[in-house]
Amino acid sequence: MSAWYYERGPESDVVISSRVRLARNLKDYPFPHRMSRQQEAEVVGIVRDSILNNSKSGMEFTFINMNEISPLDRQAMVEKHLISPEMTESGSFRGLLLSSDEKVSIMINEEDHLRIQCLYPGLNLAEAWQLCNSMDDLLEQKVEYAFDERYGYLTCCPTNAGTGIRASVMLHLPALIMTGYIKNVLEVCAKIGIAVRGLYGEHSEATGNMFQLSNQVTMGQSEQDIVESITGIATQVIEQERMLRKELYRQNPIKIEDTIYRSLGVFSNARIISSEESLKLLSDIRLGVEMGIIKDITIEKLNEIMLKIQPANLQKVCNRQLTPEERDVQRAELIRKLLTT
Amino acid sequence: MLCQNCQKRIANVHVTKVINGEKFEMYLCEKCANESAYSNFGAPFDMSNFFSGLFGFENPVKYVTAATEETRCPMCGMSYSDFMHIGKMGCAKCYEVFGPRLQPVFRKLHGAQEHVGKYPRRMFAGKNASREIQRLKELLNQAIEREDYEKAAEIRDMIRKLEVE
Repeated sequence: MSAWYYERGPESDVVISSRVRLARNLKDYPFPHRMSRQQEAEVVGIVRDSILNNSKSGMEFTFINMNEISPLDRQAMVEKHLISPEMTESGSFRGLLLSSDEKVSIMINEEDHLRIQCLYPGLNLAEAWQLCNSMDDLLEQKVEYAFDERYGYLTCCPTNAGTGIRASVMLHLPALIMTGYIKNVLEVCAKIGIAVRGLYGEHSEATGNMFQLSNQVTMGQSEQDIVESITGIATQVIEQERMLRKELYRQNPIKIEDTIYRSLGVFSNARIISSEESLKLLSDIRLGVEMGIIKDITIEKLNEIMLKIQPANLQKVCNRQLTPEERDVQRAELIRKLLTT
Repeated sequence: MLCQNCQKRIANVHVTKVINGEKFEMYLCEKCANESAYSNFGAPFDMSNFFSGLFGFENPVKYVTAATEETRCPMCGMSYSDFMHIGKMGCAKCYEVFGPRLQPVFRKLHGAQEHVGKYPRRMFAGKNASREIQRLKELLNQAIEREDYEKAAEIRDMIRKLEVE
């Protein structure tokens, strides 16, 4: 499998994934929140056909009608970051085009008619942007976009107008948190217009020491500049994190090792474990792997575990609905199974 | 999506009615949902009333009055106060209609009022190429300055290729 969570990317000792998404709208239709049922269906049809009947992409796409899949399947896709939480709301006709390697997902009738998203493992915004850009060109051969020479790509929310681009990287920053220096990072980011969010985007908390950096400004800068500036900031944060990890280890190696191995002990032996606790422990274990302290577990394995123990994906692995109590038991069992295979 | 009755407000109520075993589903805004619920309350169900009520035939005048009060987008019917209320544009045309009033919004959000990125390739066939050539020429000069002639030759070839196209 080649999906982002099974692959190791550049700077994977700190960076989980890189994502670029473009917001686009069709010129002749009102934006999704003002469309009739009929119009929603038309837009889904137009976009679906322009991708499925186009061999030029060189990729295989599957079309999914969001109303035809179960709420559990929808939630599982949110946990994989393939769709946004908005896409799971019922009531409107929404569609998804997903490439077979899960690197490209095109959401239809989210806040905008189109949200083209490319997801790569590690720090790789440049490639994610390139792929997004070519998917955008491919679509534009078939549809007429809402575009204005002055305002650029017109989007439902003016916060996205212009380039319509959002470039983001997911970082694992345990040392910055432990030392409290994360506050400085957050302050600097706020000053230069970079949004910092938790694992699941807007309004989510920084669970498991995961932080997402992304651009806020979409107008007045080119896509290239935005991608480069986020990559630049991320690189600096990565350097800081690495330096602090080394320093923490230098000052008190036994303490760091103790924390890491204790967490591994609980993680691999627990019989009941909540999602929150497992993400916290996973962060310690990940740090151990990233620093080369734990040698017999790979980052890829941790990514797989991180994904499969989320509530919806866990229920999919178990193939049935589970109560929260059952989930905690099943989660502990699955973790032990995944760690030994 | 829009309310299926007034076609003006956002639908946030899902109404299901079963009439003689047939199921009718409607997505309504709160206002229309309240009105339709009220009109049917305690009275025997009248089909003609149900549909005329739902599609706004009963009293078309009230919407016309509302529309003359302030500028509305001719394509989607949004007013500027609607935008202020929900923070979203209704359609591409809204940007044209409310354009002058949006300048401060863009300045505040982006610190800029003009797009400098990509243009749709097909719609503006020549424009993207000339911008890309401009960008490459800058890179070419930089390469020559640092005497990286291998890179410079590579960029020069890329420019030539674009100019032919």
